Amino acid sequence: MRRVAVIDYGMGNLRSVSKALEAVSADQAEIIVSADPGTILSASHVVFPGVGAIRDCIAELKRLQLDQVVIEAAGSKPFLGICLGMQALLSHSEENHGVDALDVIPGEVKFFDKPVADNGDKLKVPHMGWNRVHQTCDHPLWQNIEQDSRFYFVHSYFVSPADPAVVAGTTPYPDDFAAAIYRDNVFAAQFHPEKSQHAGLQLLENFVNWDGQS
Amino acid sequence: MGLAKRIIPCLDVDAGRVVKGVQFVDIRDAGDPIEVAKRYDEQGADEITFLDITATHHERDTMLHVVEAVASQVFIPLTVGGGIRTVDDIRRMLNAGADKVGINSAAVKNPDFVREAAERFGSQCIVVAIDAKQVSAEGEPLKWEIFTHGGRQPTGIDAVEWARKMVDLGAGEILLTSMDRDGTKSGFDLDLTRAISDAVDVPVIASGGVGKLQDLSDGIKQGHADAVLAASIFHFGEHTVGEAKQQMASQGIEVRL
Repeated sequence: MRRVAVIDYGMGNLRSVSKALEAVSADQAEIIVSADPGTILSASHVVFPGVGAIRDCIAELKRLQLDQVVIEAAGSKPFLGICLGMQALLSHSEENHGVDALDVIPGEVKFFDKPVADNGDKLKVPHMGWNRVHQTCDHPLWQNIEQDSRFYFVHSYFVSPADPAVVAGTTPYPDDFAAAIYRDNVFAAQFHPEKSQHAGLQLLENFVNWDGQS
Repeated sequence: MGLAKRIIPCLDVDAGRVVKGVQFVDIRDAGDPIEVAKRYDEQGADEITFLDITATHHERDTMLHVVEAVASQVFIPLTVGGGIRTVDDIRRMLNAGADKVGINSAAVKNPDFVREAAERFGSQCIVVAIDAKQVSAEGEPLKWEIFTHGGRQPTGIDAVEWARKMVDLGAGEILLTSMDRDGTKSGFDLDLTRAISDAVDVPVIASGGVGKLQDLSDGIKQGHADAVLAASIFHFGEHTVGEAKQQMASQGIEVRL
């Protein structure tokens, strides 16, 4: 039986994530919320969620000695980063006057700096609500999800990976940013699949069934 | 093609039951917030807001159980407002499965609470609820003030300045209710909505006064709101959320269908 570990480092809506995973995995997988390195590293799948600010996120990971656990899991098994859990995988973030992150996927996390729509309207920050995700690659996690489906976002920073080839999906606000990235056994999304109704649950189901090959 | 404008049904919950009356045609127990939330989710609601109007302290935990139950069955964002006064209140709601909390009178009493909450949990989950009432006389430049205690208690605080201040302190969203329009079914106060929405960089949810579907579109197009909140037009089965979205889409508003 698959065991999906949701990393608990005190940053976020762990209950929403674990409930959504339970809803899609039925009896096929056990969902465990844990801060224990052994439990996380012995799971078959790892989910790295997170909401809040990056400085606290990295500080808490280090305090709980989970930073190396995240890096090891991201190098070895099907791994899903969500929102701040995605941003923490990059090298560095502009948030909180600049914070070094885990550098699993090289690149920067940038602020939406006064975005303006094509018609001249200023866009609100945080980028909050349901926006379209354009799938830019064929990936097992996009299976049975319609092209340009809407997912729920809430964030003020976005990832800008050094290698554009890792982008799995883009979203316009108003310029296209990386809504999802992937590499080998890692997939990460800026949106919240656990809050994105049908499309989000499908992505989580795809993740639970994923063997980590992209 | 981009970010959709949101429709947010709002449920007033008293001691674990939906009040103000909710009458869906085919739901037998319309007072059960879990059933009602599921129905709105099926209709395509973009988020759901619960307003806890429980008066007694010992029944407040009931709301936690409601949120827990809804969050394990409904996978869209949930906001809980009413009675949020401490960092611990917020933590408990978020742990129960809420994605955002609405802070209202506690912010008026102590604006720094908003900063503390945003620093602790992130701006993305801090919604500041503003109850405003027009105080300018006819012919004068428009002016609105913050009121508390259900619109009975004036505070002397200018609504536009207050909204800016709340955003500076870390509010990630503003839920704006016109106390002049709340319950009147005569439409949003569009001047107020536009004044606040244009004054702040964060999303603004318009609330108070929706009586027909066109009011929702007007809130977006004329009020510049990012989201619209309504209760009674959905509760009594007059309209579904889906119908509201079709109507908005027909007027060129981008919605999630």
